[in-house]
Amino acid sequence: MNGTVMAAAATNVGNTWINIGIFAAFVVVTLIVVFRVSRQNKSAADFYAGGRNFTGTQNGTAIAGDYLSAASFLGIAGAIAVNGYDGFLYSIGFLVAWLVALLLVAELLRNTGKFTMADVLSFRLKQRPIRMAAALSTLAVVFFYLLAQMAGAGGLVALLLGITDKGGQGLVIAVVGALMILYVLVGGMKGTTWVQIIKATLLILGAGAMTIWVLARFGFNLSAVMQEAVNMAGENGEAILEPGLQYGASAISQLDFLSLALALVLGTAGLPHVLMRFYTVPSAKEARKSVVVAIWLIGIFYLFTLVLGYGAGALVGPEAILAAPGGQNSAAPLLAFELGGEILLGIIAAVAFATILAVVAGLTITAAASFSHDIYASIIKKGQVSPDGEVRVARWTVVVIGIIAIIGGIFANGQNIAFLVALAFCVAAAANLPTIIYSLFWKRFNTSGALWSIYGGLISTVVLIIFSPVVSGKPADPVTGLSKSMISNPDIDFHWFPLDNPGIVTIPLAFLLGIVGTYLSKEQSHPEKYAEMEVRSLTGAGAEKAVSH
Amino acid sequence: MSDVQASGSAETDYQRVERSDEFQSLRKAFRNFVFPMTALFLVWYLLYALMSTYAHEFMSIRVAGTITVGLIFGLLQFVSTFVITTLYARWANDKFDARAQALREEIEEGEL
Repeated sequence: MNGTVMAAAATNVGNTWINIGIFAAFVVVTLIVVFRVSRQNKSAADFYAGGRNFTGTQNGTAIAGDYLSAASFLGIAGAIAVNGYDGFLYSIGFLVAWLVALLLVAELLRNTGKFTMADVLSFRLKQRPIRMAAALSTLAVVFFYLLAQMAGAGGLVALLLGITDKGGQGLVIAVVGALMILYVLVGGMKGTTWVQIIKATLLILGAGAMTIWVLARFGFNLSAVMQEAVNMAGENGEAILEPGLQYGASAISQLDFLSLALALVLGTAGLPHVLMRFYTVPSAKEARKSVVVAIWLIGIFYLFTLVLGYGAGALVGPEAILAAPGGQNSAAPLLAFELGGEILLGIIAAVAFATILAVVAGLTITAAASFSHDIYASIIKKGQVSPDGEVRVARWTVVVIGIIAIIGGIFANGQNIAFLVALAFCVAAAANLPTIIYSLFWKRFNTSGALWSIYGGLISTVVLIIFSPVVSGKPADPVTGLSKSMISNPDIDFHWFPLDNPGIVTIPLAFLLGIVGTYLSKEQSHPEKYAEMEVRSLTGAGAEKAVSH
Repeated sequence: MSDVQASGSAETDYQRVERSDEFQSLRKAFRNFVFPMTALFLVWYLLYALMSTYAHEFMSIRVAGTITVGLIFGLLQFVSTFVITTLYARWANDKFDARAQALREEIEEGEL
């Protein structure tokens, strides 16, 4: 019954022109919105924080838009379709992580900071070294995350536009990057936020409609959907209902999963583009509401992906999914085609594209803020710079990062995108979260502890990844003779760290280094600064106000 | 910030606020809520991650049709996340905000 889909999937599915048309409509509509909302972009608070005028509900929707990246949507649905239960595990870590942000970070951060994570960290620690460290780890997280999104764009292009040669895919990646630069330059945070809101709404509605459609095909019986997925998975199909298909093979892969689970749950509250969103609302109360709205939207969306993943397994089948260009990531688009033909595929494809575009825009503005506000204004110019000058540098940074994203995306094209996101989470959890928590809650904490923790977490994570099987040394595939590592030549093997995900080592290490560094330093503590930070963080006294126009 | 003038004494206004009973009890209320809640959901999540990794047989028990213990356990993680979110938001809106707001006004008007 799936012969037609399989045949079609081998070349491409759907109608390229419908896909392009719907996507173009999205671009036109969002560009109009971006132009309209950005007329009032004047100050730095406008450019970086959208004037701090978004409501909690708007910002929560935008957070969901930022968070539900292509890796979440395509990656998790695909992982469930192919690996069943183990794919589901991903989504749970991604969701539970929001409680860290809700309970410990969002409101306190909103009350004490201005634009970036470094604002909070440098509140009572030495400005320049802390800003430098925080900016570097921000840029590292953004870089990994950006690569993941841009690599995903390549796979999507292959699937949806039938462009299979790398040159053509590269061209489309360049177009996506150029559009993103335009959005951010014109719209700043305000425009970016609206793009996120529109995209999140489309994504959740689209996924919701597909979920109901899948369930309706099986008499609204989830168990029946899963039973069909088992049947389609062929011999040993029952394995998709049980944990262990992806991570259960050996003691090492089990440890790898635990490591991933830790990075997912602790990484979210350290993601710089998520942290920055808390500054776009007028108060801590609205920041809280943002997270509450985001948790509901993200949670409901992941419940959809559970149905979509097993639905794709049931209606398309893992073989057809893996055979399609884009592999595992093509599960959701193929399911859309199976359900609603060319039109639904076109809509889902456009939403997936929009997802990449919007997430990349959010990441870029974060990196630009971090470079311009922390490195340029505070370190290079020592604070002696006008807000206009700072925003001008931020705009140039947007262009530079956009170009890096395009080049990186072309090189990363075809890499597994879910692993790159996991990597970004690991750096966020190890390099950012410990320092954020310590500086908010631990009086004795000092600059030395922060530097040990940030650099220790960042360097240990990156080094362990370089020497992990992710980069080199995975066994060669018997069919292609290529290794699944980033370096696909199986003869090159310099890995000595056994895990793909270093979080289980580097996250506790970074927490520990924060303590060790703190006690090793003779640095004078500043009880008066801590008092100010603590009082402000809890009461909101002296917090940045919204910009009124 | 500018509306809080540094006093002549060694202690700043913020330190005086920090020492006040009102602030101490606000801080205590906050920490008494968020710290145990954080410990709770982290332990609950780690339990789930560990079970999914090392208790395959238990997690694979079929409860009804293709619905396994693992799936229900996973869905319960969604439920617990939604419940904790709602509990916290309700607590913060009903119990915390008014006190923080009162203290904030006192600070900004320089009454403390």
